[in-house]
Amino acid sequence: MNAPPGIYQGAANVIAALMLLLEFGMLRQALVRDQVRLYAAQSALISVLAVVIAADRNLPDLYAVAALSAALKVFAVPYVLRRLLGSPAGDEPPGVAGSHTLSPASAVLVCIGLAAFGFFTFGSLGIHSPQAPELALAIAAAMVFVSFGLMIVRRDVASQAIGFFSLENAVSLAALVLAAGLPLLLETAFLFDLLLAVVVFGMLIRSHHARAESLSTADLSRLRG
Amino acid sequence: MIGVVLAILIVPLAAGVASFLVPAPVGKGITIVSGIAAFGLVLALIPSVSHGTLNYFTYLRADAVSGIFLLATGFLYAAVAVYAAGYLKGRTERYTRRFYLGFNVFAWAMLAAPLMGSLALLWIAIEVTTVVSALLVAIEDTDGAAEASWKYVLIASAGLGLGLLATIFAYYAGSQVLGTHFNLGIDPLIGAGSRLPKTPVELAFLLAVLGYGTKVGLVPVHTWLPDAHSEAPTPVSALLSGALLATSFYAILRFYQFTAAALGSGIPRDTLLAFGIASLLLASLYVFGQRDVKRLLAYSSVEHMGILAIGVSFGAPLALAGVLLHVMAHAAAKGSAFMGAGVFTVKYRTKQMHTMRDGMRLLPWSGPLFLLAIFALSAFPPFGVFRSEFQIVDGGLGSGSYAAAAVLVVLVTIAFFGLATSATGMLLSPAPRSADAPTHAPTGASPGASPDGRQSPGHAEAIAAALEDGAAVAVRTREEPSQATGSLVSGEPSAWMVVPVLAGLAVLVLLGVHPPADLTNLIAQASAQLAGAQPRGTP
Repeated sequence: MNAPPGIYQGAANVIAALMLLLEFGMLRQALVRDQVRLYAAQSALISVLAVVIAADRNLPDLYAVAALSAALKVFAVPYVLRRLLGSPAGDEPPGVAGSHTLSPASAVLVCIGLAAFGFFTFGSLGIHSPQAPELALAIAAAMVFVSFGLMIVRRDVASQAIGFFSLENAVSLAALVLAAGLPLLLETAFLFDLLLAVVVFGMLIRSHHARAESLSTADLSRLRG
Repeated sequence: MIGVVLAILIVPLAAGVASFLVPAPVGKGITIVSGIAAFGLVLALIPSVSHGTLNYFTYLRADAVSGIFLLATGFLYAAVAVYAAGYLKGRTERYTRRFYLGFNVFAWAMLAAPLMGSLALLWIAIEVTTVVSALLVAIEDTDGAAEASWKYVLIASAGLGLGLLATIFAYYAGSQVLGTHFNLGIDPLIGAGSRLPKTPVELAFLLAVLGYGTKVGLVPVHTWLPDAHSEAPTPVSALLSGALLATSFYAILRFYQFTAAALGSGIPRDTLLAFGIASLLLASLYVFGQRDVKRLLAYSSVEHMGILAIGVSFGAPLALAGVLLHVMAHAAAKGSAFMGAGVFTVKYRTKQMHTMRDGMRLLPWSGPLFLLAIFALSAFPPFGVFRSEFQIVDGGLGSGSYAAAAVLVVLVTIAFFGLATSATGMLLSPAPRSADAPTHAPTGASPGASPDGRQSPGHAEAIAAALEDGAAVAVRTREEPSQATGSLVSGEPSAWMVVPVLAGLAVLVLLGVHPPADLTNLIAQASAQLAGAQPRGTP
């Protein structure tokens, strides 16, 4: 019988599982403001995990990463998204609710399949160490697949952007599990790069909203790749 | 050389900021000076990187492989900066300032990528190229541009998400050997070689090919590419195709180096061969069905990226030297072709090839130059692409990859017919008589529209548009009768748009006939670096 996981491994696994559940929540939510809230909660979990790892492995750099990540992903990015997507009256922007290409139940079922595929595929690779819990890594892989699913099954620019940002959260989870010792300079550069991406996504969303008066991507069908 | 490396990293960025702050004509001059200066700085760096690797401040690094990609980007930056001076004629002050800001920052990010000594910083530089170029694609502010830019930023960023995952796995693999404070340095990773754990390295390579391959335009993750190339302003299309795709391929080459060192070259070569053949096959067939000249060239880019992937998969030093030469030759050829096509879109105010006729007469310089650029892209002698593809095929045959080499030759020939048919139609088919001239003036002909004529439907679409827009189309048609091909007057839109194409073709002849000794040394050194990372068998 396997030994029970320590505090770090247990915390990492629980946080990873919660993040995956929030990912499914984003997939299921009809309103963009709820998706943004879930994204902020998912990002907060990343910061909590960073603090746990910093304490467990005595990596003081990670406290700074946790603080920066929280400032950026829990507060700044959701704030920017709310400002970009909110109407003066506080109404839900048009084109998000009902943008599922599949029914919500079908979308969730498909993404459960994707998550299972990611989970078992990466889980079977045998990439693990005392510092890298296998379960958390497999869940991060499942999150990657579900975030791709989110981008595919929702036909509105807000959900697709949130899908991309949550993909980044999934990669951050994998990074914390596998690469917690990565120098602070590089971690910081990753985060500022995310900020740049958020600004550009925001500008393009705003441009699309102004042009189509909707966040739906239904009209983006002239170009076929 | 530290001064030169820092100058390469500072000059384009400073030029971007400066050109945004000063009046547009001054910004134009600043951008041209910056482009030429950056190319000069890259040339100054070449002799040093031909003799060894330069490392500065832990995170800056340049070697012969970097030098090849810097040369390609540096040349295109300079050429397209000159071209843009003519292309932007008549644009508003606000548009021009924003364009030059994005253009210079885009070039800066592409020049920075090969100078990064860490895979993490390399990823960041390539991500910066994505977000900046997405804004440049959107700058035309049309429906098509908005759609293309959204698809581009979403697909490419998602792909780069996988690239980041690949980088994380590379860190994990490296940290098992080099310790947890390993900073994803390229040299230590290659040096660790067979000591690296195999599964994470395999996973990192596959994710890198899929992730960075999205930006390279490898099939099946290429779908953003034709749309973005088609809808972007032509100078941006030239940089996207000639420099950005190659810069992303550079990232794959770095992953290839340490993967081959760790696992032997079997898995990476097989992977690249599969993606390369798929890209070449699809692109060579798709060039036949295109009506938009920029989409035609975009699919040609997919084809050439496939050739690069196949060339690396051959593994032989001769093929690798061909690949590196091909990076530079393709940059010059595709840049020239896009710039030539841009002259056509300005002249005819459409991108639709069936409405472009009699190009040889109407564009006495750009017509023949565009034809030569198409010949160069199709690997005709004496151009550099002929030499590079010849080396790749020769290297493939020499390494025993007979079937792949034969497939490459067949598919490249098919693509040539597609390109040649379209180009000769534009250039040599006579213009319809005035009475036969198309009754649907391209919508891009409206006075405020961009020279690219972005919304230029075919006949059926024009009818549909007329039904929707009612009298608006009819009014436009009456207002712009001069846009019918038969009534266009012979002459070039701008000399600024001709000179860079001439320069590109001159470079192609130089690369094809007699590459300078320094360049030959650089390629030899770079191909040795790539080949040196391949143990004979799996360790």
